[in-house]
Amino acid sequence: PDGCSVGHGPPGPLCPGPESCPVCVSFAGGSLTKLAYYSTVQHKVAKVRSFDHSGKDTEREHEPPYEISVQEEITARLHFIKFENTYIEACLDFIKDHLVNTETKVIQATGGGAYKFKDLIEEKLRLKVDKEDVMTCLIKGCNFVLKNIPHEAFVYQKDSDPEFRFQTNHPHIFPYLLVNIGSGVSIVKVETEDRFEWVGGSSIGGGTFWGLGALLTKTKKFDELLHLASRGQHSNVDMLVRDVYGGAHQTLGLSGNLIASSFGKSATADQEFSKEDMAKSLLHMISNDIGQLACLHARLHSLDRVYFGGFFIRGHPVTMRTITYSINFFSKGEVQALFLRHEGYLGAIGAFLKGAEQDNPNQYSWGENYAGSSGLMSASPELGPAQRARSGTFDLLEMDRLERPLVNLPLLLDPPSYVPDTVDLTDDALARKYWLTCFEEALDGVVKRAVASQPDSVDAAERAEKFRQKYWNKLQTLRQQPFAYGTLTVRSLLDTREHCLNEFNFPDPYSKVKQRENGVALRCFPGVVRSLDALGWEERQLALVKGLLAGNVFDWGAKAVSEPWLVDSYSEWLQRLKGPPHKCALIFADNSGIDIILGVFPFVRELLLRGTEVILACNSGPALNDVTHSESLIVAERIAGMDPVVHSALREERLLLVQTGSSSPCLDLSRLDKGLAALVRERGADLVVIEGMGRAVHTNYHAALRCESLKLAVIKNAWLAERLGGRLFSVIFKYEVPAE
Amino acid sequence: MGAGRLGAPMERHGRASATSLSSAGEQAAGDPEGRRQEPLRRRASSASVPAVGASAEGTRRDRLGSYSGPTSVSRQRVESLRKKRPLFPWFGLDIGGTLVKLVYFEPKDITAEEEEEEVESLKSIRKYLTSNVAYGSTGIRDVHLELKDLTLCGRKGNLHFIRFPTHDMPAFIQMGRDKNFSSLHTVFCATGGGAYKFEQDFLTIGDLQLCKLDELDCLIKGILYIDSVGFNGRSQCYYFENPADSEKCQKLPFDLKNPYPLLLVNIGSGVSILAVYSKDNYKRVTGTSLGGGTFFGLCCLLTGCTTFEEALEMASRGDSTKVDKLVRDIYGGDYERFGLPGWAVASSFGNMMSKEKREAVSKEDLARATLITITNNIGSIARMCALNENINQVVFVGNFLRINTIAMRLLAYALDYWSKGQLKALFSEHEGYFGAVGALLELLKIP
Repeated sequence: PDGCSVGHGPPGPLCPGPESCPVCVSFAGGSLTKLAYYSTVQHKVAKVRSFDHSGKDTEREHEPPYEISVQEEITARLHFIKFENTYIEACLDFIKDHLVNTETKVIQATGGGAYKFKDLIEEKLRLKVDKEDVMTCLIKGCNFVLKNIPHEAFVYQKDSDPEFRFQTNHPHIFPYLLVNIGSGVSIVKVETEDRFEWVGGSSIGGGTFWGLGALLTKTKKFDELLHLASRGQHSNVDMLVRDVYGGAHQTLGLSGNLIASSFGKSATADQEFSKEDMAKSLLHMISNDIGQLACLHARLHSLDRVYFGGFFIRGHPVTMRTITYSINFFSKGEVQALFLRHEGYLGAIGAFLKGAEQDNPNQYSWGENYAGSSGLMSASPELGPAQRARSGTFDLLEMDRLERPLVNLPLLLDPPSYVPDTVDLTDDALARKYWLTCFEEALDGVVKRAVASQPDSVDAAERAEKFRQKYWNKLQTLRQQPFAYGTLTVRSLLDTREHCLNEFNFPDPYSKVKQRENGVALRCFPGVVRSLDALGWEERQLALVKGLLAGNVFDWGAKAVSEPWLVDSYSEWLQRLKGPPHKCALIFADNSGIDIILGVFPFVRELLLRGTEVILACNSGPALNDVTHSESLIVAERIAGMDPVVHSALREERLLLVQTGSSSPCLDLSRLDKGLAALVRERGADLVVIEGMGRAVHTNYHAALRCESLKLAVIKNAWLAERLGGRLFSVIFKYEVPAE
Repeated sequence: MGAGRLGAPMERHGRASATSLSSAGEQAAGDPEGRRQEPLRRRASSASVPAVGASAEGTRRDRLGSYSGPTSVSRQRVESLRKKRPLFPWFGLDIGGTLVKLVYFEPKDITAEEEEEEVESLKSIRKYLTSNVAYGSTGIRDVHLELKDLTLCGRKGNLHFIRFPTHDMPAFIQMGRDKNFSSLHTVFCATGGGAYKFEQDFLTIGDLQLCKLDELDCLIKGILYIDSVGFNGRSQCYYFENPADSEKCQKLPFDLKNPYPLLLVNIGSGVSILAVYSKDNYKRVTGTSLGGGTFFGLCCLLTGCTTFEEALEMASRGDSTKVDKLVRDIYGGDYERFGLPGWAVASSFGNMMSKEKREAVSKEDLARATLITITNNIGSIARMCALNENINQVVFVGNFLRINTIAMRLLAYALDYWSKGQLKALFSEHEGYFGAVGALLELLKIP
């Protein structure tokens, strides 16, 4: 049961070229092998490029505003697979086959199991095994997931549905206590990326449960022991308070069910005890003991974040429950027992990071790929052991390396308490049911759109069908286990769909639609600006706001939005506009076409005329028909050609176009491009404008900022509108000023 | 079975906190030395325990039942009765989860006149208890612990220490009935969980009214008193020098002249850990259910042994390293990254995950491993409490330690090693009897 992680670092830069390159194999928990490898994934990306207009006086009517080309792009991806140790040889064959990088000479190994498999690895792979410290790997892995995977940590609540409560990522992950329950228990205080200290431990751990349990019950397997325990009655074996005090515990205010002496009743020769009862008693004894020691250490070091890991915990609801109980009991609620979704991968991730140290993967941000990862298995006991066993024997995690590091928006009022998502669908069963159905029903349309986006491709229909199957399965998984990928939200459902589309090479199904709409809108731009300029100041402000809203739903000029506005602080906004101009506005754009060109740009232009600088932030990658950063550059260039205000602002860098770092139709203000954050700080942004359902309603509706903000959207979903107390096409106009 | 009185490990939490919430008068206003913020229970005025004053008089049986009255009333009564000694016989009783501990004061200064007046039943009790060393099949008098020529309430005599299993409590009550105890108008001061559990039986079967006492109050009182009277001229408290070295290991007397602050670890069936700051000022820090009862219970299941003595005897002949997985078994030597020595146990019973190794161990090895596991764990929790409470002296008591040199030496060594010499493990000759002594002192109103 001693964890072992093996990894090898690629020589030179991280595996250049479109090949898979295994970097780490990890044996842990006695029976499971974890294979971690790094690969570069080739996938298609839609690129936009301006036509070369030199030599032409004017562009022809109906000509697209720019050209689209599909290119191959290579991105870095980390893969983690776990399967049973019995397949070790097959696993090593897999590595050998994929080990294209022959310069690799050394493979990193960590933990006790490394000794066991050392010879086999060296013989099979002809690589030297370099042993790494298991705890160092574990902690490196832990830091990595805590930094890069939102909703990585969760608390376990046995009586709630679902039992998992995910924690939002804390911007500062240190210091924390890591309690690793392997065969023994190690308690480590982690203070920084590189500084950690073994503060204590205990020999009573998973090995004690397993070893002593095997002796007492003649049951050999760890999982079977846990299964026995889940059916036992410990009160038949343990001496409880009520056994000692009789009925008087009630009058004394004592809880009669507390254990006075573990195995206290087994001190007799003339009684037989059932296997189940003994296993349960043993489980309580060990969990309580570990929880108590963890609390004593947490108190000594004044820490309230305690993460539990190791094979004793690994996805087992029974042990998570008893450990949580113990921590609550001994800390009187002051310390929270936290568990990790990817706990089983920590050693493997750490070994990988160690092997790749010269390239420092820590300088990048990584994102969990929902398409390629199997989620956390259900902890509900009604799920059969077969289903649980499956999760234990084969499991996947994929992490995509993001181009740029992601950081918090500096304007967040309180980063630790910021939660991007408005509705937690893990929590809200009604909303969950609605949205899952909604996404199921929309699937046909998405498949059609995907096929249509690649008319020249012969296998588009086939790939689209595969996409349908994959996403449909994800939705079914989420119906059963809403907690599979952390907190379930509309955002995560949308992101999962994007990830699945990407996996089957539909990088941008809307590229042609966006191209066409951008072309149409650009032709309308001069007329719209002219008519806006003809309005009086006050009328114009309202028209501009309506433009922002309208671009969101339907054609410019249509007046079908539901009156009165559902949330309306327009008069406050108008009042504010009569005051001094903002120094700098940060605008998160939504859709391509009418929205960006006839809604956002006229609004930007007005701000510029007022003397406000503008940072226009668009998605780095495509998502639905949202405008991407590269599209926004072309659009801005074209508008600059028509409008001197935008032209000079671009030239003088009073209008800056940046990317968000995201490819989601929603917006997570805690994971934004580092360059954007720097610019916001540098320019002293004092107004944030967020528009669209995805960014201003599904996410950030409750986001508190340190500066003024505008959240605008038209509710395009009848169910949601009703839930918010309005009708379809209700308008949200939320102008907020932070409290002094 | 020697695993002593119940430590009632966890359950006191709820009670202590409930008490301190509900009765502000019990809380220390603040901590004069800037220790932990938790309210310390001023045990001297603890109202959560039925006041004992009312029952301190043997001649007025009608008052015995009224001990639930307000403390102030009890106190007045105590004042008025202070001068009067209770009638003989003088007992202190501690009814634990596994063992009953009984202390009996045998007066040696009985005058001829007294002898004349002494009722037959009283005489027969005295003779029965003092002339035997075993009672029935399970009762035992620890003759070697007898305290001679003690003066209590102006009377000179010997203090006897008797124990029997809690499951023989019904027989004990029956004996009280047979010997017509109730005619003596005697008071049974009793502590431990069993004082509550068996109260009704005492009343209905034995026609005896129990005076129930708080076990932690009694424990502390007992320890302080016994330490002050010594052990027939010798020191009560002791420690081990070179505990890890069988050749050089020495048991040496320790003068507990500066007892406070003190961490008191009472290892009965379960374990209670108390931080003692003065005679009346202490708090229960924590407890664990892994105690003497766990050692003996697991030994019974693993080896089929039937007595505590047998379990210890087996343990003394076993080798725990066949059962436990040591640091060196995993890392080939010391785990230097974390400063762990190769001999340290990495996983208790860790080798028993393997079928081959399960088949290769003896019952003796298993008994030894159980003893080492439980003992190390208690040492580890005690050390963490000492660190958190900032206390350096740790006194281990309770019947788990009776004839258990292996455990005592291991505690002494582990505490010293892991604290780098900071903490000292102390032991006491009358290890399991302090609660019973405290109950006797309450009977005699000895402060």
